Amino acid sequence: MNEQTDQAEHGAPDEGQHVWDNPRNVKLLFNVFYALCAIVAVVGLIIPSGEGHAVHPWERILGFYPLYGFVGIVVLVAIAKQMRRVLMRPEDYYDG
Amino acid sequence: MGSVPPVLIFFVGALIVAVTKGHVRRGVLLAIPVVGALNLLGLEIGETIEIEMLGYTLVPFKVDRLAMMFGYLFHLAAFLGNLFALHLEKEEGAGVQHTSAMLYAGSAIGAVYTGDLISLFVFWELLALTSVFLIWARKTERSFRVGFRYLVIHVLSGVLLLSGALMLAHETGSIAFGPIELGGSMAGWVILLAFGIKAAFPLVHNWITEAYPEGTPTGTVFLSAFTTKVAVFALVRTFAGADVLIYVGVTMTCFPIFYAVIENDLRRVLSYSMINQIGFMVTGVGLGTALALNGAVAHAFADVIFKGLLFMTMGSVLKMTGRINGSDLGGLYKTMPITATLCVIGAMAISAFPLFSAFITKSMVMTAALEEGHLWVWPFLLFASAGVLEHAGIKIPFFAFFGHDSGIRAKEPPKNMLAAMMIGAVLCVVIGSFPSLLYSLLPFEAEYHPYDVTHVVTQLQLLLFGALAVVWLMKRGLYPPEIPSLNIDAEWTYRWLAPRLIRSVGGAVARADSAVRSKVLGVVWGAVRGAQRGAGPQGILARTWPTGSMIMWVTILLAAYLLVFYF
Repeated sequence: MNEQTDQAEHGAPDEGQHVWDNPRNVKLLFNVFYALCAIVAVVGLIIPSGEGHAVHPWERILGFYPLYGFVGIVVLVAIAKQMRRVLMRPEDYYDG
Repeated sequence: MGSVPPVLIFFVGALIVAVTKGHVRRGVLLAIPVVGALNLLGLEIGETIEIEMLGYTLVPFKVDRLAMMFGYLFHLAAFLGNLFALHLEKEEGAGVQHTSAMLYAGSAIGAVYTGDLISLFVFWELLALTSVFLIWARKTERSFRVGFRYLVIHVLSGVLLLSGALMLAHETGSIAFGPIELGGSMAGWVILLAFGIKAAFPLVHNWITEAYPEGTPTGTVFLSAFTTKVAVFALVRTFAGADVLIYVGVTMTCFPIFYAVIENDLRRVLSYSMINQIGFMVTGVGLGTALALNGAVAHAFADVIFKGLLFMTMGSVLKMTGRINGSDLGGLYKTMPITATLCVIGAMAISAFPLFSAFITKSMVMTAALEEGHLWVWPFLLFASAGVLEHAGIKIPFFAFFGHDSGIRAKEPPKNMLAAMMIGAVLCVVIGSFPSLLYSLLPFEAEYHPYDVTHVVTQLQLLLFGALAVVWLMKRGLYPPEIPSLNIDAEWTYRWLAPRLIRSVGGAVARADSAVRSKVLGVVWGAVRGAQRGAGPQGILARTWPTGSMIMWVTILLAAYLLVFYF
């Protein structure tokens, strides 16, 4: 395994120079992201649901997809965090 | 048309790779998949080779549309894998890795062109035997042990396949590699279990999460492409429409995404992700309609490329930094911007963003579920789709390349690795943007149009709001941090519980055994001591008596006799 963590070549001199080191760029990225969320949410309200495809009854619920995506991820992460209490072990658990 | 069974090209190629080095070997590594692909063009649907043996008809070579699709896929995967591994040096076990990868790819290709279960069994075992060297080449104690377990599990799968085939032959008189009824027949279930082990069905899935993170940075790219896809191919061939596979598949899509959230080793995250993706394919096989089966194989095709790409980016990170845990990484985009960009493309492909490959493949299975009236299946698949975005779409690129700056300033990987990743990334976009290219290869007749306004918008809604949830959780500090740790899974039963059970049962048996032995020994020693008391050197029977006492006793006896005689 090549361990090529050559600090000397790319290290200190360029600190702070990279695109996401600048908080303004990060903020811009988030604003674009929030705007995209808003746009697809609004567009979703004006298009017909399930043209040409088989449709699940839930798809007819207003705002179903955004809600399902958001809540789905929150539930997923919340359950996974609780799973850690039961399942998490030290890295050398099986080596002992 | 002058074509040969494609497996031969790879096996001959492996022989050449084993005895050459340097530029010649590198040339052969790239040429063999290309020559193989040209050879495929000359194959005709319906071509077969049959051999009569022991009253059975072996069909080691049979061409149909399903085999052709996987044939093309495996040639492509072999080319990308070889290109990605082209830089390997002698110290990294280049000879062993290249040769075993070539044999492994050949075995996968051989497997999809078989027409009977015994021939399949041969390639099935070869898949395991040839690929384990891609794990052992890591040359660590851990990789040796993991590789050994990998081998045991896969050989077991092969033994089950052979047993099932023989049972089937006994029941039906046929060993054809074709549709098998599950009904009351034991043979079908045994064969399904054999396929299920290789397809990482729940509870027998941990060979993936153990072995793939332990493979070499380049070896895992091969591992991720072949074994499980051969299993999916086999399921499509034999168990299309088996209801049980819907339940198995849905379970596979959902449970791994929870593990992926809390896993620290990023190649293990991808391994859980792989089980999740295979879940969509298995569900498609269970649904069994033309659209669902096309969806299953199309998704297998797309998965080999986008998962291969993601494993390549993580292999690059491992090679260039020596690290792969999310808790050790971060900020690599600063010095590895190309790898980071390609990783994001792979992440968007697996997340099924419009214009990326999974968008046109996964949705076929989901639509088929609705068309077949399996309304309960759809919400699970949709939840699993959102889960993919979380772990593969966001977590992998974020924790490796962005997020907290680890201070590691690694260079971009060698040019051949970058080239392989770029081709993979381009394919992710081309397949997603021009679906007819992939659809024209699909083996079954079904109409499907992925691009309509509703599908695009609803998919974007699901993904963007899923991403919004991740952003919200992270900003609120609710997102679980990467922690150096491991999470126990089904492998706990054979890595922790079984050894302890064996040890404690063995201990109890040993204690009982020693108690019985010491009791018996006590009795034997008692008898020996008793005998010794009488007949031993100090025993009464062994004493030497003086002559005087003898005369005295004779005198006493005579006196006694006289007294008795006279009175």
